[in-house]
Amino acid sequence: MEWIRQRLDKIREPFNKGQKLEKYAPAINALDTFLFTPNHTTQKGAHIRDAVDLKRTMITVVLALVPALIFGMWNGGYQYLHQLPEYANGVPFMDAFIEGALKIVPMIAVSYAVGLGIEFAFAIFRGHEVNEGYLVTGLLIPMIMPIDIPLWMVALSVVFAVLIGKEAFGGTGMNILNPALTARAFAFFAYPTYMSGNAVWVSNASEVDAVSGETILGTLASGNEVGYSAMNMFSGMIPGSIAETSVICILAGALILILTKVGSWRIILSAFIGAAVMGLIFNALPSLGVEGNALTNFPWYLHLIVGGLAFGIVFMATDPVSAAQTMKGKWIYGFLIGFLSVMIRIFNPAYPEGVMLGILLMNVFAPTIDHYVIEANVKRRKKRLEKANTQVETA
Amino acid sequence: MSKDIRIKRGLSLRLEGEAEKELVKAPRSKTYAIKPPDFHTVVPKMVVKEGAKLLAGDEIFYSKYTEQIRFTTPVSGVLKEIKRGDKRRILEVIIEADAEDSYRDFGKMDAAKAEAKDVKERILESGCGAFIYQRPYDIVADPKDTPKAIFISAVSTAPLAADKGFIIKDKLEAFQEGINALRKLTPGKVHLSVDESSAQYLKNIEGVELHHVKGDHPAGNVGVQIHKIDPMNRGERAWTVGVEDVAIIGNVFLTGNVIADRTIAVTGSEAKDRKYYQTKIGCNVSDLIGQASDDVRIISGDVLTGTQLSNNQYVGFFDNEVTLIPEGNNYRMFGWLPFTYNNIHSNSKTSLSWLFPKRKYTPTTNLNGEERALVVTGEMEEVLPMDVYPMQLIKACMAGDIEKMENLGIYEVAPEDFALVEYVNTSKIEIQEVIRLGLDLMITEVG
Repeated sequence: MEWIRQRLDKIREPFNKGQKLEKYAPAINALDTFLFTPNHTTQKGAHIRDAVDLKRTMITVVLALVPALIFGMWNGGYQYLHQLPEYANGVPFMDAFIEGALKIVPMIAVSYAVGLGIEFAFAIFRGHEVNEGYLVTGLLIPMIMPIDIPLWMVALSVVFAVLIGKEAFGGTGMNILNPALTARAFAFFAYPTYMSGNAVWVSNASEVDAVSGETILGTLASGNEVGYSAMNMFSGMIPGSIAETSVICILAGALILILTKVGSWRIILSAFIGAAVMGLIFNALPSLGVEGNALTNFPWYLHLIVGGLAFGIVFMATDPVSAAQTMKGKWIYGFLIGFLSVMIRIFNPAYPEGVMLGILLMNVFAPTIDHYVIEANVKRRKKRLEKANTQVETA
Repeated sequence: MSKDIRIKRGLSLRLEGEAEKELVKAPRSKTYAIKPPDFHTVVPKMVVKEGAKLLAGDEIFYSKYTEQIRFTTPVSGVLKEIKRGDKRRILEVIIEADAEDSYRDFGKMDAAKAEAKDVKERILESGCGAFIYQRPYDIVADPKDTPKAIFISAVSTAPLAADKGFIIKDKLEAFQEGINALRKLTPGKVHLSVDESSAQYLKNIEGVELHHVKGDHPAGNVGVQIHKIDPMNRGERAWTVGVEDVAIIGNVFLTGNVIADRTIAVTGSEAKDRKYYQTKIGCNVSDLIGQASDDVRIISGDVLTGTQLSNNQYVGFFDNEVTLIPEGNNYRMFGWLPFTYNNIHSNSKTSLSWLFPKRKYTPTTNLNGEERALVVTGEMEEVLPMDVYPMQLIKACMAGDIEKMENLGIYEVAPEDFALVEYVNTSKIEIQEVIRLGLDLMITEVG
C-alpha cells in the first residue's frame, strides 16, 4: 500500500498546483481517489465527518445491480440457445452465460468509455472533480437495452444522455431527467426498429428464422396467447431488455438499496402500489360491463412482474436527483410512476412498455410535486406569523 | 408549569474520551484573551490602550455599531497586546493577569426588586451583554430590542459536551439571581430546559418555565428547543443565554463583581487528564492540556461546532469544553468500498457501524471523501428535528434568494443546528458556513 501511494504521488507530481499539467488534475484525481480515500481534513465547520461519501453510495447501487446483470448475461444467452436444435436437451449454464456476456460486456465497455470520457472532459473544462454518478448510469444504460443493439447506437445514446440529459443542465445533481432513461428514450425514438417490435429481444432473432423473440407485453398488445407461466415471469426466463426480466434478482437489488437506505423504500413501495391500483382498475372493467382486451384483462399482479416495471421502479425511479426530494413528495411521485406506467402500457399499443415514459414524465413533474409539498410548510409558517403576538417591539 | 420536549430525529454520537466528573482548579494562566471574532458581526472599538492597568470587569472595547454592548476583562492585570489580522481586524485582546484578581465594584443590587431599566444598565456596563445572544441570526443581542422570551438550555447532547448539570451544581444561588435579572428584560417568559442531569439541580429554580428535554442531539441545542416551545417568526426576537453565563450575570448582582468563572471539560480520545477544570474566561489552552503534538487537533468547543486552536492559543469565550482528537491526514486504500472501515462511524447504512450501537468511536478529522454536488436526499431530515426542509433551505441560502429563505424558515435556524446535517452529508458541503452566510445576508438585507 505504502509503495503504491509513493508511486502515485510521483505520477501526480506534474498535475499539482502550479505545475504544467495542473489543468488536467481532475483526471488524475479521479484515479487517485479511486485507489485511496484522500487525506483531506476538515477545514471549516464540523471537525469530524460521516464515513459515507458519494463514491460509496454509488458503488452500493452498482453492487445492487450485479445480480440483475449476471442474470441478464445468462438469460441473454439462454433465450437464444434454448431455441436452437443443438440445445434441445437443455442449455449448460456457462454456455448461456458466455454467449450473453460476449454481447453485453462490450456494451458496458463502450458505455463506460464514452460516458466517462465526456465526464472527464467536462470535469477538466469546468474545473471540478469527476462525479461518481456515471458509474451507475454507465452500467444502467446497457442493462436496459435490447441485447442485439449495435454498439455505435449505445455510444450515441450515451453521448446524448450525458451531454443533453445531464451536462446541459449543469452536471451531476442538476439534471431533471434520469440520464440512463434519457439514453434509452433517445435510442427508442431514434432507432425504433432496433428498440421495439418482436425481433429484437432475443439474440439473433431477426436473422435466424427459427428463433422467436417477442416479449410478453408485445404478445399481449397484438392480442396473442402468452406462452409463459407466472413463475417464468418472476424468475426472469423470458425475453426482454438485458437486465429487466428477473424480478427475483431485481428484488435482491432492491433489498440492498433499501437496507443501505441508498434507494428510497417510499418510492419503491408506492410505485408498486400505484401499478397494482391501475392494474386492478383495468381488471375490474369486465365486472362493470366494459369489455376489455388482452392487456386490460392481464392480471394486475402479473403486470407488476413483466416488462421493465420492476427494474425501472427499483433502479430508475429511485435516482435521488431526478426524483422528488421531500418525504411526502416521494410517496406521490412513486405512486404516479406505477399508476402511469401501467396506464401507458395498456392504452398505447405503440409502446408495449410504459415504465420508461412513466418515469421520464414524473421526472419532469417531480419539482412541481416538491413545490406543493414545501408550499404547505411555507403556509404553515405564514399562518403562525399571522397569529403571532405582534406587540413584541423590535428595533 | 413544565412542558416536556421529546426529540425523535437526531443522532447522539458516542465518542471515546468523555471527561471524568471531577472538578479541579486549573493553574492560573499568565495571559488571558478576549477574541472579538467569537462575537459574530461585532466590530470592536477599543477604549483602552496597550499597557493599561485593568481591574476585572473594566471595559476594554465596545461594539462599534451597537455602542451599548460593552466587553469587559475577565481578569485584572495589564493589557499586554492587541493582536491584529488582515485589514487590522482585531483578533485577540491579550491581558497579562495579576497573581490574584482585584475586581471593579459595581455595587450590589437585588435584581428581583430593582427597576428593569437599572437591571439592564447593570448587565450592559458589566459587560454581561456579551453573554446574551439573539435569535434569529445567532448574534449578540441588541439591547434596544425587547425579546419575546429568553431561552436557556441546560441540556447537553453534543458529542463529548460538558455536563451542564455538573457545571452549575455549585452555583445555584448565582444562577437564581441571574434568572431574576433576566426576567426583567422580557415581557415574556424565561424558558429553562433541563435534562436528567441538570434537572436534579435546577428543578427548584423560580421564575422560569421548566422544560424536560429527552432525545438525541441536537435536542440540547437551544434553537431546537425554541422551535418546539415557541418558534421564531419574522420580526420577532428571542434571546438565549448559556447556563454558566446566567450564574456570572447573577454574581454581578449578588457581589457587584464580574466573576468570569468558566468550567471547561477537557475531553476527546487524545486528551490526557480528562476532567472538568475551573478557570476563567479566555484562559490559555496550554494551561489545560499542556502542549499537543502536531497530529492532534485542539478544538475549543465540541467536535461539531468548535473552533480549531493551535498550542498556546486561547479558549473561546463561550466554550465549556476543549476537545482533542487525532488529525486524519492519512490515506485509506479503497475507502469507498461499502461495508469496509466500519471503525469509522456512519449514519448511513452503507457502513456496518449501525450494527454496534453501543460502540464508542475515535473519529479523526479526515473528511472521508471529497466535496460533491448535492445528490442524496432524505439524509438531512433524519438529523434535523425541525419543521424545516433542510436541503431546500441550504439551496436557497446558496442562491441568496431572500424570499425563499424567509419562507423556508431561516429565522428559526442557527449554524449549530445544521452541524449534524453537515456531519452526515454525503456530499461533504460546508453547510454550517452556508447557513451562516445566509443569515449574514438576511442581516444586511432585512435586519
